Amino acid sequence: MGRLFELFCSFFKIGLFTFGGGYAMIPLIRREVIDRKGWIAEAEFLDLLTLAQSAPGPISLNTSVFVGYKMAGFAGALAAILGVVIPSFVIILFIAIVFTDFRHNPFVDAAFKGMRPAVVALIVVPVISLARGLNRVFYAVIAVTALAIWHWGWSPVGILLGAAVAGIAWELFIAKKGIR
Amino acid sequence: MIFWQLFVSYLKIGFFGFGGGYAMLSLIQNEVVVQHQWMTNAEFADIVAVSQITPGPIAINSATYVGYTVGVQGGGTWFGILGAMIATFAVCLPALTIMLLITRYFLRLKDNPLIEGAMRGMRPVVIGMIAAAALMLIFPHSSTSGEQNFIDEWSWLLFGGVLLGSWRKINPILLIILSAVAGIVIYL
Repeated sequence: MGRLFELFCSFFKIGLFTFGGGYAMIPLIRREVIDRKGWIAEAEFLDLLTLAQSAPGPISLNTSVFVGYKMAGFAGALAAILGVVIPSFVIILFIAIVFTDFRHNPFVDAAFKGMRPAVVALIVVPVISLARGLNRVFYAVIAVTALAIWHWGWSPVGILLGAAVAGIAWELFIAKKGIR
Repeated sequence: MIFWQLFVSYLKIGFFGFGGGYAMLSLIQNEVVVQHQWMTNAEFADIVAVSQITPGPIAINSATYVGYTVGVQGGGTWFGILGAMIATFAVCLPALTIMLLITRYFLRLKDNPLIEGAMRGMRPVVIGMIAAAALMLIFPHSSTSGEQNFIDEWSWLLFGGVLLGSWRKINPILLIILSAVAGIVIYL
């Protein structure tokens, strides 16, 4: 029980203090899980990051399941994932309940009019930084994907599946040809 | 049944959420704004803004928020809370099961060439998905009604300023708060 509670608390802390999600939270997870608790080793953490990024879902959730399971089995995974989820769940639920009353407050309305274009800018920046340095084929794939979803209304899920199949086919093709 | 639709939509978002928070935006947008029209494009942008200044991944934040809003329309606050719980549970379920399987059985999978191939194939698509989310927020479909995100030249000025600030690695929370203040100064 003590171990489960400890897992819950550590991941509660991670859930509470990681804003924006994604890569921004990696240092915080590292400090808690490696430096403070010594639950996993540095090399294992790098493997974990690779896995957490290849598996679907937010990195923080994936990390919590991995560490929780390693420390205390299935119950540990549950304790850790609950710890990560509960802070944002409670905060957003509170905002959602309150927000319905404040939605048409002129201050709130004006603030959101300012925040909306800002949010779009925050989404554009990772596109630029992720796309930098890729080759022309990749640029074409990026452009066609964006156009297909935005303009032609294709399902992102279908495109993802197609890309995964294409990637596997390419890998098999290379293996067969013995290029590597 | 609205709760079932919520569950299925967020299960899908959780299951196909490759590539982290921003990449999931396009999936969420597709389910919530385009397919089910549970909210407008502007409301979707509002959730992303709230997600940026509150802790936790966007996928979870949006699940809780959308679940509540959808549930409330069905019958009040308690339905809203139930909706929030269902959507949040659904979005976590794939991550939980898949990571458990990986941790338990497939730890060696990380060097598997087929997995690597699938990942390599998805990488540019994920970038395209983020771009699509941004495009949709700027130039929405004619089918999505409601208030727009870009309403005048001030919007574009704020967009440019935040783009520059974010590129220069200024904290996104600070940028969002500053643009909220700017919004109050400009539009009140």
